[in-house]
Amino acid sequence: LSCDTAEQFFLIFSVHFLQLCRTFHSAGMTTGVGMADHKEPIPSLADIAARRISRRNFIKGAIGSGVAVSSATYLFRASGVFGQGGGDRLLTLNVNGQQRRADVMKQETLAWTLRYKLGLTGTKLGCDRAECGSCTVLIDDVPHYACSVLTHTVRNKKVVTIEGLASPDGKLHPVQQGVIDEQGFQCAFCMSGFIMSAVGFLKTNPHPTRAEMAHGVSGNLCRCQDYDKILTALMRGAENTRKVSHA
Amino acid sequence: MPREWKPNQQKFGTRYKVLGKDYATPDLYAKVTGQAKYAEDFRAEGMLFCKLLLSPVPHGRVKYLDLSKAKAMPGVKAILTQDDLPAPADSVTDLGVTIKANKQGEKALTNEPLYQGEPVLAVAAVDEFTAAEAIEAIDIEFEHLPFAVDPLDSLRPGGPNARVEGNVWIKHSVPATKPGEKPPSPPPPTVGELKWTEADFHEAKDGRLPMGKPQDEWSFGDVEAGFKNAALILDETFVTPDTSHQTLEPRSTLAYWQNGKVFVHMGTQSTVQTLAGLGRWLNMDPSQIVLISEYTGGGFGSKATGYIFAIIPALLSKQAGAPVMMRISREEENFIGRARPGFQGRIKVGFSKEGRITAVDMYAICNNGPYDAVGDANASGAIVSLLYQPPAMRWRGITVLTNTPPRGPQSAPGGMQGIVMMEPLLSKAARKLSLDQVDIRKTNCPEGKSLWGPERDGKRAHSTSAFLKEAFDSGAEQFRWKERLAQPKRSGTKVRGVGVSSSAFFAGSVGYDGLFLIRPDGRIVIQSGIGNLGTESISDVHRVVAEELGVPWEKCDVIWGNTAKNLPWTCVSGGSQTTHAMSRAAYAASLDAKRKLQEIAAKTHGGQPEQYEVANERVFHKGGGGSMTLAQAAQHAIKLGGIYDGHETPADVNKYTKASIAALAGQGLVASAKDKFPHDGQSFSYVACFAEVEVDVETGKYFITDYLAVADVGTVIHPRALGGQITGRSILGIGHAIGQKWVFDPQYGHFISRRFYHTKPPTILDVPVNMQWAALDMPDPETPVGARGIGEPPVGGGCGAILNALSDALGDEIYRRAPVNLDTILTSLEAGRPMQDPLTAFV
Repeated sequence: LSCDTAEQFFLIFSVHFLQLCRTFHSAGMTTGVGMADHKEPIPSLADIAARRISRRNFIKGAIGSGVAVSSATYLFRASGVFGQGGGDRLLTLNVNGQQRRADVMKQETLAWTLRYKLGLTGTKLGCDRAECGSCTVLIDDVPHYACSVLTHTVRNKKVVTIEGLASPDGKLHPVQQGVIDEQGFQCAFCMSGFIMSAVGFLKTNPHPTRAEMAHGVSGNLCRCQDYDKILTALMRGAENTRKVSHA
Repeated sequence: MPREWKPNQQKFGTRYKVLGKDYATPDLYAKVTGQAKYAEDFRAEGMLFCKLLLSPVPHGRVKYLDLSKAKAMPGVKAILTQDDLPAPADSVTDLGVTIKANKQGEKALTNEPLYQGEPVLAVAAVDEFTAAEAIEAIDIEFEHLPFAVDPLDSLRPGGPNARVEGNVWIKHSVPATKPGEKPPSPPPPTVGELKWTEADFHEAKDGRLPMGKPQDEWSFGDVEAGFKNAALILDETFVTPDTSHQTLEPRSTLAYWQNGKVFVHMGTQSTVQTLAGLGRWLNMDPSQIVLISEYTGGGFGSKATGYIFAIIPALLSKQAGAPVMMRISREEENFIGRARPGFQGRIKVGFSKEGRITAVDMYAICNNGPYDAVGDANASGAIVSLLYQPPAMRWRGITVLTNTPPRGPQSAPGGMQGIVMMEPLLSKAARKLSLDQVDIRKTNCPEGKSLWGPERDGKRAHSTSAFLKEAFDSGAEQFRWKERLAQPKRSGTKVRGVGVSSSAFFAGSVGYDGLFLIRPDGRIVIQSGIGNLGTESISDVHRVVAEELGVPWEKCDVIWGNTAKNLPWTCVSGGSQTTHAMSRAAYAASLDAKRKLQEIAAKTHGGQPEQYEVANERVFHKGGGGSMTLAQAAQHAIKLGGIYDGHETPADVNKYTKASIAALAGQGLVASAKDKFPHDGQSFSYVACFAEVEVDVETGKYFITDYLAVADVGTVIHPRALGGQITGRSILGIGHAIGQKWVFDPQYGHFISRRFYHTKPPTILDVPVNMQWAALDMPDPETPVGARGIGEPPVGGGCGAILNALSDALGDEIYRRAPVNLDTILTSLEAGRPMQDPLTAFV
């Protein structure tokens, strides 16, 4: 269970966090009252919980910094606005077999360039922090999270997004066809990421078992939790891919 | 002993041409090619970006605010605070009853934040960087106010209140009306204080849930006698986790104004039913709002009728005179995106020696967050009363306000928590009474029209049907239940366990409208007011039209996702009601079309309408002779006008449908009708869930090695979509068993579970690759198509089956709350007793 790691991390983190808070209290760094003497052993979570009522009197000044919820995430600077957007540079990128030119900031992610500069909105942002895989694209045939790749690093590389999978005559890629055949996915916000992961995985593993395919796309989250049907669709996609390559 | 994966091989739809068959839904091609546009995929000329300032404190008040520096920044176009919001509007129900706006309800922005992460103000600027810089430049100070995160803290004498006014909602009774008088507006609930006594808490030190004065209670049967006659009584405290909905698409929204109308692009579960909410929050006539929501990236209850924060870009856009895109980050989503309320619960159950439940006494404390009360507490009692059929039961509940992000209904709201309180106890009882786990569930399960809920006017309500016993029989056979029980449990450090769980939830409403057009070229254009949230009910239910008219599905077009496109009055796409409600509405409209076709044929070829039949894209005289294609009939309908082409509207459809019909008038044969079919009882769907786990007792790590769910959902409409719902919603439940929960720092009210990795939904590796589903396909007798909903019903059973498999492997002394993580298993095995904190929220 992958959650075990997160869970362990959390248990440890929470305990440490609480201990840290307590240290602050003991050191008189806040105006908290009713806290344990610092010579006492570190209390258990339940002990701390039992003392929480005292927090009622602790309010002033403890958290006032306002740093708890930062807005400094997920940002985008428009190109050249009021001359502030310094660092923009005109790049030529190979995306879906075409040479595309875009003004790109130094800190710009590939997901942003694709979605807001090149009009390729099939690449989705579910977390912007490499947790969900919705933004997966192929870079030189290898799946990458486009939210965590700087656009400047993909010069001279081939980027393929969900929009670039079907052939120019509209014929779907065999993995896309597998999804149609099996009615894979529900809300489909995760779909392009899953399909790109599967296409990349099949390039090096053309004959996966169901379990191997699951590992191949395990960097993608589906919150509809349609994993069973997704796996069936992607396995059909693998079969379709083999048929095409043998044809 | 995991089985090989094999696709569902059941044959569905044997009585039908279209229903029960797999097909590719009309939204699939756009999804698979990346052309499907979700809210953030739209662009508007001159679009600004917005950023939110979120509260750093769990409860506070803005005591100083200076916007001047931010306003002076180049590129900043508008700033919005609570003071700029329109007053929330009253709403009027279909029956003409005014629901007064609650001044203490949730606002889009607030000067008194009640949870950490609550939006306080919003800035629109030429880009996000500028908007964020402006937010940093805002001079703001908060007065810190007392806060509570754990309901039990808040209920203690002298404990903190989440709101200045108190810690619970107080309901006020509706003044009595004289006959013939218009019913008065029910006064909105107000926040008040409810505290228990110190004596109420005496059991807490032993890890048992204290049970002071409840807010609500009901009972039926002789509970006291039930316990007196019991051969076994179990009394268990159980804590269920709070879990974010975590829709993969955050609630990003684009809004702009054109000609006095506001256009809102957002991801919402319901299309038609979201307009009223937007109208209320914006204090605008809904006819002046256009909602575009063609694709929604998941809802699970959290976007049932949209979300209040959608008005932020709309109001900023009005101020700035330019379109505004509000992109919501994953952290922001975890603050504002709703969650299932955790329960601190206790349930006492009496059993006869045969395993029949004699009485249930249940208490649920629901952790609500600071705003409008969720209905989970009451629903938990209702579902327990249905699913385990106690002859006597008392339910008590209290929904406590806390300074934690607002809760909302999440798939099987309350029902899931009730099932999860009950299931481990039921497993324990079976072991104590030496009964088979499947048998004890069959002994207590509903069958046919089954009673549920409290008595009202001396009578209890009943379900439309229940075939859960058949689901257990079918599941036990497919899962080879007896064979698995006979196998050795332990192999080295690995211990195997099998579990089974009952599951059910409400699964259908009635009374909505169907609407479609037969065009003069013979194509059928179906107007769908259902939201496209991934369940595929958006087109599945309309297959009824093709079935009834004998038209190939390829000749049907479904119109959806835009309130400017003349949609019919439609149920909320939530609560598993859509398949039931809208298949009925589609059936009603189909009958209306048939009648009109027969009349048109009779008018054209002579004879009586009933001498004509509709099939194979034609309407023809039963004895041979007069015949016309649907295309010809549609052309005639336009010539005839009136009721036939929509120039007149049926009297009983909703006024919303009437407006849509008027807009479609003259374009072909307009078919529309309200669902008025009889319906005796409340519709529920049922699922029997089976799971096997393998636990490594040296590491505490466990794997789910097998899973099967057998569903009683009535007639199967679309097998693949159904299978996706059964396994998908099962996994949502499984997440509650294997790891998902919220964690708060109790000292500072600091919310820790902010991102996916903090409270991770199950991944594809957390579930077996051989998940199996099956459906009984037995039609519900109380609905013409026989179909009920399925989104919610598997959730409780998914969680319950895993918990029960764990106790089968490891015994009853392992856990007393969910989720069960490896540390739970290791510490409890070592101590020989459950080592989890028994009562505290968010640990």
